[in-house]
Amino acid sequence: MKYVDEFRDGELAGTLATKIRSEALPDRTYHLMEFCGGHTHAIFRYGVQDLMPDNVKFVHGPGCPVCVLPVRRLDDAVELAERHGVILCSYGDMMRVPGTKQRSLIRAKADGADIRMVYSTIDALKIARDNADRQVVFFAIGFETTTPPSAVAIRQAKAEGLTNFSVFCNHVLTPSAIGHILESPEVRELGTVKIDGFLGPSHVSSVIGSEPYEFFAEEFAKPVVIAGFEPLDVMQSALMLIRQINEGRAEVENEYTRVVTREGNLKAQKLVSEVFELRQSFEWRGLGEVPYSALRIRDAYADFDAEKRFDISEKQSREVKSCECPAILRGVKKPTDCKLFGTVCTPDNPMGSCMVSSEGACAAYWTYGRFREPRKTAREKAGKEVAA
Amino acid sequence: MNMVEKDISLRTGNVDMTHGGGGRAMAELIRDLFHRHLGNPVLDQGNDAALIDVPQGRLVMSTDGHVISPLFFPGGDIGSLSVHGTLNDVAMAGAKPLYLTAGFILEEGFPLADLERIVISMAHAAREAGVPVVTGDTKVVEKGKGDGVFITTTGLGVVPDGVRVSADRARPGQAILLSGPIGDHGVAILSKRENLEFETEILSDSAAVHGLVAQMIETVPDIAVLRDPTRGGLAATLNEIARSAKVGMMLDEAAIPLRPDVAAACELLGLDPLYVANEGKLICLCEAADAERLIEVMRAHPLGRDTARIGTVTEDDANLIQMKTGFGGTRVVDWLAGEQLPRIC
Repeated sequence: MKYVDEFRDGELAGTLATKIRSEALPDRTYHLMEFCGGHTHAIFRYGVQDLMPDNVKFVHGPGCPVCVLPVRRLDDAVELAERHGVILCSYGDMMRVPGTKQRSLIRAKADGADIRMVYSTIDALKIARDNADRQVVFFAIGFETTTPPSAVAIRQAKAEGLTNFSVFCNHVLTPSAIGHILESPEVRELGTVKIDGFLGPSHVSSVIGSEPYEFFAEEFAKPVVIAGFEPLDVMQSALMLIRQINEGRAEVENEYTRVVTREGNLKAQKLVSEVFELRQSFEWRGLGEVPYSALRIRDAYADFDAEKRFDISEKQSREVKSCECPAILRGVKKPTDCKLFGTVCTPDNPMGSCMVSSEGACAAYWTYGRFREPRKTAREKAGKEVAA
Repeated sequence: MNMVEKDISLRTGNVDMTHGGGGRAMAELIRDLFHRHLGNPVLDQGNDAALIDVPQGRLVMSTDGHVISPLFFPGGDIGSLSVHGTLNDVAMAGAKPLYLTAGFILEEGFPLADLERIVISMAHAAREAGVPVVTGDTKVVEKGKGDGVFITTTGLGVVPDGVRVSADRARPGQAILLSGPIGDHGVAILSKRENLEFETEILSDSAAVHGLVAQMIETVPDIAVLRDPTRGGLAATLNEIARSAKVGMMLDEAAIPLRPDVAAACELLGLDPLYVANEGKLICLCEAADAERLIEVMRAHPLGRDTARIGTVTEDDANLIQMKTGFGGTRVVDWLAGEQLPRIC
């Protein structure tokens, strides 16, 4: 496959791995946080960690759009489908995420709610056109990557005069989340989360550009390298970060030059700001309330705002007790630190959002990385026997 | 009722409740549609049960319900699929399939012309495979209680002496062979279901592989395991075998055949081809020493042209399927959790 295989070339990976090994200083450890779930997925899917020296570690960030959505918003979506009887259109990732009392969209659907999985906002608009007598709500989630399509859908609905279409907006902003992590006591004071540099978002940056990260690089003295989602991108970016760290630089560099520019996609940004405005505060799973970290629909498009169209009730939403998703999303814990991991909580029966999406750290650990754990145990066992 | 009316009804009519009511309409549907296309000496006896000769040896039997949507897809339809699917299940026991049965559940309002198209396709597939449909059943359910047509087929076959194909015979050291590129069927279906248009049309690989199996068995009667990687794809099938035989596997990603257009479609849809369904492929586990001979025979058959050795059975208490990635790392190829869902980011 042209333009894809080139970025998954095993030989080039070998060359890069040698370079990383020779440049990473043996007397220190490099903690590189990959912000995006897309990177987490690539690291596990291609076994990138296998090619890295032991002292280069990836810390998984909160950039999985499904994972950071708080339970309450998911419960709200279920309520829209069940109590308000709308046709709820959702991206596939959301379907299995457990809400309060393990209630997911897929369960609500099985119980009779009309919930449809869509590939794009275009599908949701079509469903609205085809069901003029029903209210159709698009469950909009995601970072800056999925925001422009939601903006386009709302504008389109307005242009067509679709009165039965609205958007339940849960779009969140990457820079605020990064800022929040860097401000957190775990990173600043306690040192429980070590971050020496960031693999910056790729698809998000194609929209917002690389400029918004310049503040972090400067303010927190952490290097940022905008990294593509292919495994060679991840390795090349890791090398660029290691070089910055070695040279004591903290700059924003762009590895993903084939897509990302400094200013980003201005047309998309204009569309987004026409339809959306900043929320004062928004709850993130794991991070809690983060000021100015999400978007809501502007008054000019209020007719298409599901939160205004429907009376969504206040509710007591609860996550599963002892699910470590929140700590895992902050990078404080690893999936294997959670006592539910692999016992009660598996992809077949997820207790928390991180086990659902293929971009979630728990799902990635379980699906691709789990074998490292039993292997270690087996070796340990063998070691013990020899010692005895 | 005269001939002219009947022809018109087949072309323009729809299934109604009388077609399953046991009366004349049902008898006509059976005669003019099912018997006309699927006819053979056993079926033509017209009895409630088929009287068939039982050959020497061990019988195998398999049944499979087909509920596919859409009913017609690039490279096949529910009719041909319901023949291929069951014949392949029978063949995966190392057996020669001999007879098929077919049960139809029709939804009221389903166009008779579409039904005829499906039955013709089914007849064609059965004829091509050399396996007759010897008995059948038709029921009609009210509109809204079905999805056009559901077809359940059962296959009966006989296993040659000395052949003992079973998943629990997988042993460390055995070679894992795959008869061709993966993912064609699933992507062909998805391309229609999601209204996704690709520049080149990807065809389902739906085919009956018992001919290929017969040649393989003839060459190496001691084949350990045969499986067709249908729902859940290659990944699910290998995990089933590993669990059943309590072994592990190490695959080589670079060796797994995959068409560039299928790879591209999966890339676009965020799917992993290892989990995408196939309908005309088989996985074979055999002793390493037999692998070369088998590959040669398989490649000489039209349905095994792209056969490859994709890995080796290993010893592993955790029964994990691992894969050396083309990139140089290692990953686990796990069971699929729920349905494969597209990624959004």
